[in-house]
Amino acid sequence: MNLDKEPINLIITGVGGQGNILISKLLGQAFMEEGYTITIGETYGATQRGGSVASHVRISKEKVPYSPVTPKGRADIILGLEPSETMRMVTSFGYEGTMVVTNTRPIHPLEVAIGEVEYPSQERIEACMKELVDRAWYVNASDIALGLGNALLTNIVMTGALMGTSLLPLGREKIERQLKLTFKGGKQAVNLEAFELGYTAVT
Amino acid sequence: MGIEINKPGSMELLMGNEAIARGALEAGVGVATAYPGTPSSEIITNLGKVAKKMGLYVEWSINEKVAVEVAAAAALSGVRSISAMKQNGLNVALDFLANLVLSGINKGMVLMVGDDPGAQSSSNEQDSRDLAKAIDIPILEPATFQECKDMTKWAFELSEVISNVVMLRSVTRVSHARGNVILGELPAEKNRAHFDTSKKYRGIGGVAAGLHQAVHEKSKKVAEIFESSPFNFYSGPEKPGLLIFTCGSGWLYTMEAIRTLGIEGSVGVAKLGTTWPLPHKFIKTNLARSERVLVIEEVDSFLETNLKEFVVDHMPGYHKFYGKTSGHTRPYGELNVDMVMGAIASLLSMEYVALSPEYEKKSREVAAAWVPPRTSQLCPGCPHRATYWAMKDALKKDGRDGVVAGDIGCYAMGVFPTGFSQINTIHAMGSGMGVASGLGKLDIFGFKQPVLAMTGDSTFFHAVVPPLLNAIHSEADVVLVVMDNSGTAMTGFQPHPGTDKGASGEARPKVSVEKLCESLGVPVTKVDPYDMAATKKAFYDVLQDKGKTRVIISRRECALIRANMQLGPIAKMHIESEKCFGDDCGCNRYCTRVFKCPGLMWDKEAHKARIDEAVCTGCGVCVGVCPQSAIVAEAIK
Repeated sequence: MNLDKEPINLIITGVGGQGNILISKLLGQAFMEEGYTITIGETYGATQRGGSVASHVRISKEKVPYSPVTPKGRADIILGLEPSETMRMVTSFGYEGTMVVTNTRPIHPLEVAIGEVEYPSQERIEACMKELVDRAWYVNASDIALGLGNALLTNIVMTGALMGTSLLPLGREKIERQLKLTFKGGKQAVNLEAFELGYTAVT
Repeated sequence: MGIEINKPGSMELLMGNEAIARGALEAGVGVATAYPGTPSSEIITNLGKVAKKMGLYVEWSINEKVAVEVAAAAALSGVRSISAMKQNGLNVALDFLANLVLSGINKGMVLMVGDDPGAQSSSNEQDSRDLAKAIDIPILEPATFQECKDMTKWAFELSEVISNVVMLRSVTRVSHARGNVILGELPAEKNRAHFDTSKKYRGIGGVAAGLHQAVHEKSKKVAEIFESSPFNFYSGPEKPGLLIFTCGSGWLYTMEAIRTLGIEGSVGVAKLGTTWPLPHKFIKTNLARSERVLVIEEVDSFLETNLKEFVVDHMPGYHKFYGKTSGHTRPYGELNVDMVMGAIASLLSMEYVALSPEYEKKSREVAAAWVPPRTSQLCPGCPHRATYWAMKDALKKDGRDGVVAGDIGCYAMGVFPTGFSQINTIHAMGSGMGVASGLGKLDIFGFKQPVLAMTGDSTFFHAVVPPLLNAIHSEADVVLVVMDNSGTAMTGFQPHPGTDKGASGEARPKVSVEKLCESLGVPVTKVDPYDMAATKKAFYDVLQDKGKTRVIISRRECALIRANMQLGPIAKMHIESEKCFGDDCGCNRYCTRVFKCPGLMWDKEAHKARIDEAVCTGCGVCVGVCPQSAIVAEAIK
């Protein structure tokens, strides 16, 4: 499976502090080096800390860049670092052809933590995805990251998973190159391992 | 690798604000100043990082007026300068700028203003262009990341040609988005500063009117220069059925809308990078292409109104304008491609449906209802939550229905439930203390409520000192609460006079809030909000000390500063589950429902409260919240 359209609209979504902007930078940089025109738009929820954060990555072969926000119903890929945020994006930007790669570990919003609102079960989430999108991949990236000793690696595990789906017209080695440029020393090895574990989790 | 990379011709993925900073470097900027404000902050952050290497002077000034004054000092002395701010900041700086445009400058000075359509992180969504036009400042609006860089550089050149300040107006979606940028050359030459004392830069007394006339004349010259600007261009058929006039962020939305609708052959786009003053020939040539004109811009109908005025004077009786006044786009909030497609489709009588109604219905039914909301909140361990909790308690005990005048910062969350809805008013930076100073003088009209003004440390320096002096001198009965969390937390911890670092990390002397207040003769009480019992008592005691202005400094570093320093939790928190009666307790989940710290969670299975260890910072403030004393803090050795 390899998306071949103009433009490719990828939305990376999650909660503030999960490192979603780093993924958009890694991917954007790699695509730019392959000659693509990139626009990355970041959208913040009303919350300053711990709120919804989404990066819209628009990958194009045309010269005039696309705008920083994907139009409604046009997200080709939704990469979710947090499951309820993945659902939120599907309902705003998804269409029948959307591909979804999502982490399964929730980060409870305050309303859920204090017992006022219920968080959707994994079964409910999967049922919704079956109804609304073309295909969904589920990865417990947080547990994989914790297994490597650091929850902050979740975003890199998910980047590996995204590359493992082969949805994007870009070889995995291009992202590994960006990881090597971004992380030095001991951090490099563990980030490459997180990427590999994410990659194999879906292949 | 940063914005100072010396590789002309190489392509980089830059944020709009990084591209603006790079453009300033390519223009040979010497001085850069700002007060932080989303979406403008990253310009000075990035210039601060390279200041030493590039030989710049960069500072986070105490407020926007001072930032512009410091930058102007450089521009008056032969050094190029840039000053950055958000739309609210322009209001603060306007007083000085309205005079600076009369005196002029002698080296390039760029005023960068980041507007926030949709007010994503602002208290308003003012369109700064109206203010710039009001005081004759030329306006440039970048549409792409490349233009952010190129236009900034050009703005310095233009500024020197007209010996006056030039505004670069960006918006959140341009400043905070990222895209391809091809780098230019960095200059080798260094600025030299010298103030020519034979010159007088002033707009005082009888000369002001003459200078005002000269500024209007200058605007005509600017309009001439704009005729040949590479940032103004037309694309589309020679005689389109619909002509779109657009600028800045609107251009990207427009181009995408046209591509998506597949109407390149019938719609023309006149893109204006220079939105004030209007370049007459460019406007005339393009308006002549079609009688139907749709204007696409964010936020107000600035370009639309100016074009209409132009038509009345120069091409009367021909055009029909569509845009914000006709209701085809909104005169508030953000634009997006869907809205632009909707406007175009309705004018061309086309059918366009963003999303199939069946999909929308299905998505609402099977998913949307299940997505939990994520609302605004104070972080776990936030010292402001503790301050508000103590204040709420003291106000309740006091019983006189105290009024709280809020201010701008993270602590503005005090207006919402996680700050226990304590704040009654919020306006501009420093206005909490100003409003409080007024409330504190209403006793002659029978006003008997105690008055508190809330401020953070950065806001204190920015705009609270003058209204504090006002309150002291007018003997206003007010308590100023300085919630000092050791940084400008809302915008990313930029330094201010109360911190010991400058914009480039260099050592700077700290100004002490308490010494400053004490020197003014006001009583100062200091508390650590994590010490809940002492903080409650201090608030209550200070409230009883009526009749004069007094200050409480509630000091504890931001929980994010602790996290960044990897200081770890202060205490290990747990719930003694045999003491927590859960649903059977008469408290009605007081800890989670009312105290609302994200570190406390309701365990659905156990029907009891629980500590979320992944989130809890161990501040211990919640210990006193539980009526059964089930919340326990264990000291970490």
